[in-house]
Amino acid sequence: MTSTDVKSAVRADSGLLDVRGVQKTYYGSGRTVEAVRDLTFSVGTGELACIVGPSGAGKTTLLKCIAGLLPPTGGEVRLGGARVQGPPPGMAVVFQEYGRSLFPWMTVADNIALPLKQKRTPKPRRAALVAEALESVGLRDVPHAYPWQLSGGMQQRVAIARAIAYEPDVLLMDEPFAAVDAQTRAELEDLTRSLWRNLGMTVLFVTHDIDEAVYLGQRVLVLSGSPTVVMEDVAVDLPAEREQLSTRALPRFAELRAHVYEQVQRAKTFHTAPAAGASA
Amino acid sequence: MNVLKAGARAFLHLFGLPAALLALWWFFAARSDSFYYPTLNEILSAFGETWFSSRIVDDVLPSLWRLAVGYLGAVVLGVTLGVLLGSHRQLRALLEPVLEFFRAIPPPVLIPVLMLFSGIGDSMKITVIIVGSVWPVMLNTVEGVRAIDDVLADTARCYGITGAARLRRLVLPAASPQIVAGMRQALSISIILMVISEMFASSSGLGFAIVQFQRSFAIPEMWSGILLLGLLGFALSLLFGLLESRVLHWHRGLRQSQKGEK
Repeated sequence: MTSTDVKSAVRADSGLLDVRGVQKTYYGSGRTVEAVRDLTFSVGTGELACIVGPSGAGKTTLLKCIAGLLPPTGGEVRLGGARVQGPPPGMAVVFQEYGRSLFPWMTVADNIALPLKQKRTPKPRRAALVAEALESVGLRDVPHAYPWQLSGGMQQRVAIARAIAYEPDVLLMDEPFAAVDAQTRAELEDLTRSLWRNLGMTVLFVTHDIDEAVYLGQRVLVLSGSPTVVMEDVAVDLPAEREQLSTRALPRFAELRAHVYEQVQRAKTFHTAPAAGASA
Repeated sequence: MNVLKAGARAFLHLFGLPAALLALWWFFAARSDSFYYPTLNEILSAFGETWFSSRIVDDVLPSLWRLAVGYLGAVVLGVTLGVLLGSHRQLRALLEPVLEFFRAIPPPVLIPVLMLFSGIGDSMKITVIIVGSVWPVMLNTVEGVRAIDDVLADTARCYGITGAARLRRLVLPAASPQIVAGMRQALSISIILMVISEMFASSSGLGFAIVQFQRSFAIPEMWSGILLLGLLGFALSLLFGLLESRVLHWHRGLRQSQKGEK
């Protein structure tokens, strides 16, 4: 390997997300809760992986550990080879609660520009990034509006615009569309896929919706119930061009969906009946 | 046309009742022959003679100066302590009982004590204003800082907004509704303490002038001083309202949009 190859390899791996033996136990007064038992998986640079699991499977805990918001009790998370010990600079997060993740005292444009200001992005570049990000989520007309003047779906678009303007290597999304209506949800799913394909960043998408996971992902990681382990890593071999109606009508989509559904059902009793789970 | 109408209505709302009360005062006082209740005419003419004179420089400005320094001192101190206490649970647990005790002491009783330490000059009066007005600002700031949304706090952390930027972009704006509420309470306490501290031991100021007029039986002048204090409080409250609507316009909009949804 020549030196330029090494360089490009390092660059190419900046979006490599490696989760190794992550474990999270909460120690309360007289009560310990083992939320995440042992999670190991990795998401390659530029990959779009979805994580599904039954509710209460510690999905949010896992995501917070990956984002560096919560220190894991054991194991480690590595982003681009470097150990995550606090929120890493190359990572952006989109939360489910759009109404609580945008700064209500700032306009839409200021919300998107704030992380860039913090990164000391020069002003002209910042303005260009904000305009580009708003354009790409279809909100060109509202830079001077306040978040609370927008609908829920539009607010989540602003949160997504803020994340992509940040030019992250990895984008984490924590059930981002769980609180918007079905119509908006379908639009935002397609938006997520097109942004991912255009920008080439690694996306880790957490959801409880099996259809959504299969429709969006290249891979679906199925988590067990708490204490959480990875039960199965399903490769989604659907065509890269996806469309709400035709893709969901494919027989392969139905098969994958049924398969993941069974896995999630099994996940609920994974720990109480491990033998049955292992033989299935 | 509608703008004019709305303007006229706002004007009526603001000044309608005060005008009616003044008219009533004028009407009933006009027939008064008591020395202690002069007619409004006498009071108003005394008002002009008394306050549009050297007293502006000798009494009004010193009072306003003490009020401004004391009030702003209380706000700065209250917000600083409030942010510190609001962000550190252990510090809060440690200091809370002591703070509750100090808060329970009525500030005017500190005047004799403070006179011993800092004399009867401006510093004593400013200290009294600060010591009395700092509590509502501080306690409200603590509440505001504690109530910061954790999703918003996580968002800030993810995007590397920490340290001074966090204070400026997240903590202070998020707590601003509570801070402003505390500042409003502190403003009226500051005015009261300004007057009281000047009544105790002083050689200038509005409180001093009013007591001096009363002791020398300059009754219309005494009344005019009370009127001036009322007007001053009213003007400051209006000013505060302007500031509030500028700083918190986002908060009103947010609350209205939330009401609309539910």
